[in-house]
Amino acid sequence: MTNLPPSTLAEGASIICAVCILLIPLAAGGLALLNAGLGRSRSAAHTMLASVCILSVAAIMYFVCGFAVQGFTGQPTHTLTAGGKRWDWIGAAPFFLRKFELDGSPASLAAVFSMLCVGLAALVPLGAAAERWRLRAICASTALLAGFTFPLFAHWVWGGGWLAQLSVNYRLGHGFIDVGGSSCIQIVGGLTALSIVWILGPRRGKYSSSQLPNAIPAHSGVFVVFGSMLCWAGWLGLNSAGAILFGGAAPGQTVLVVVNTTLAAASAGLAALVITGLRFGRPDASLTCNGWIGGLVASSAGCLFIKPAEAVVVGAIAGVLVTYAVEWFEFGLRIDDPGGSISAHAVGGTWGLLAAGMFARFPAGSNIAAAQSGSDSGQFLAQLIGVATLIGFVLPATYGLNLLLNRFVPYRVSLEGERQGMDLHELGADAYPEFVVHTEEFIQR
Amino acid sequence: MKAAGFFMLVAGWAIVLASMPLLGSMRLLTLFVLAGLGVEIIGLVLVVRSHFFLEDETG
Repeated sequence: MTNLPPSTLAEGASIICAVCILLIPLAAGGLALLNAGLGRSRSAAHTMLASVCILSVAAIMYFVCGFAVQGFTGQPTHTLTAGGKRWDWIGAAPFFLRKFELDGSPASLAAVFSMLCVGLAALVPLGAAAERWRLRAICASTALLAGFTFPLFAHWVWGGGWLAQLSVNYRLGHGFIDVGGSSCIQIVGGLTALSIVWILGPRRGKYSSSQLPNAIPAHSGVFVVFGSMLCWAGWLGLNSAGAILFGGAAPGQTVLVVVNTTLAAASAGLAALVITGLRFGRPDASLTCNGWIGGLVASSAGCLFIKPAEAVVVGAIAGVLVTYAVEWFEFGLRIDDPGGSISAHAVGGTWGLLAAGMFARFPAGSNIAAAQSGSDSGQFLAQLIGVATLIGFVLPATYGLNLLLNRFVPYRVSLEGERQGMDLHELGADAYPEFVVHTEEFIQR
Repeated sequence: MKAAGFFMLVAGWAIVLASMPLLGSMRLLTLFVLAGLGVEIIGLVLVVRSHFFLEDETG
């Protein structure tokens, strides 16, 4: 028996899974609003349009070759044999979803789920590289992520690849577990963000000649907070659908997933609120929302396998980690990440994976235990191997591919473009033209 | 320094990958996975520092 997703779902599970999948675009909308709000007003329209472009390119690339690389249980794959064990490396399904029935089967639901998730992953780098990343380059980089990086790692985790089979091949727990995409979506997105920020460098004026960061405040706290709340709704769908598709959850068990996701986000948001309140004298809205997102991200990996009290702990630690990581990246590592994307998605996701290894339980005789074969021992080691793969393979591959792409499609906007703002430079119009009208109202005629 | 850092990231992953088919005992496997992660962390430090120097040079 292998640690693979189920080949059939009960009708009720299929319907609930489909409804949950329909909630995922809310998370994409939330991330887009969050990214726009955390940037300056002169690049807000550009960020929103770039989000639409990202979702479009991601969906098309996933249709063209993404699903072929990712695959699903029972579909053709390329394998290697090492030490007498079969290592499933990459999917080998036909491109353009040929010979594939979109009929409500688990495979077709997984295809739709992943098509929406890949857009979510591709939105993460936009928050980090905002205000200096050209639209053409955004589309090219998204094509890379949606056509190769995301599907390859998703195959290893969700498509019955070698990470999922660690339980069968090496008796490591139940294999690498991540039902909601802490790794495939969030960390892959976060590491892509880190790579792109390294390639782009910081925004003009972010660091002084003495290398101290200057504050560039978010332009809309309302966007940031509302975006975070939309993400919550999207994440409930994301984690619930992932639990049914990849964790073997029965429809009733989505209640546990919803409770765990909510508790993790709530405790993370409150932890960030308290920390910023204690450190700065008053709560910081953007850091609190980053903490909230970090809690959602951390909840994804083990939302089906942990208890609600543990979800509170996981979320609170995520909130603390994200709050300090934002500052550490900005001050210590000189990484200009206006959206806090690397901290919330890469750091929060890594903690979520490790937390799943520490807290996950698989009650004997349950449908979850049946779907996730193996023993509880070695689960943390399986999660560590997944983290090592993300740092040792995904980060270098993403950085190398984006560096190569940067030679053909220059990523960074010109100095003049950055001074003008991305809205005016790339779109020819500001996001808030009425601001100009208001200014003119004060001019005596 | 940047190339060395990325090389160490990949080398750390290679240690983790190689340890699975080569080592039978869980204890040794744990040690080698941790060693591989350690190499990756050194690689990450090198990559981060290489970007410091790049920024200092370009202003």
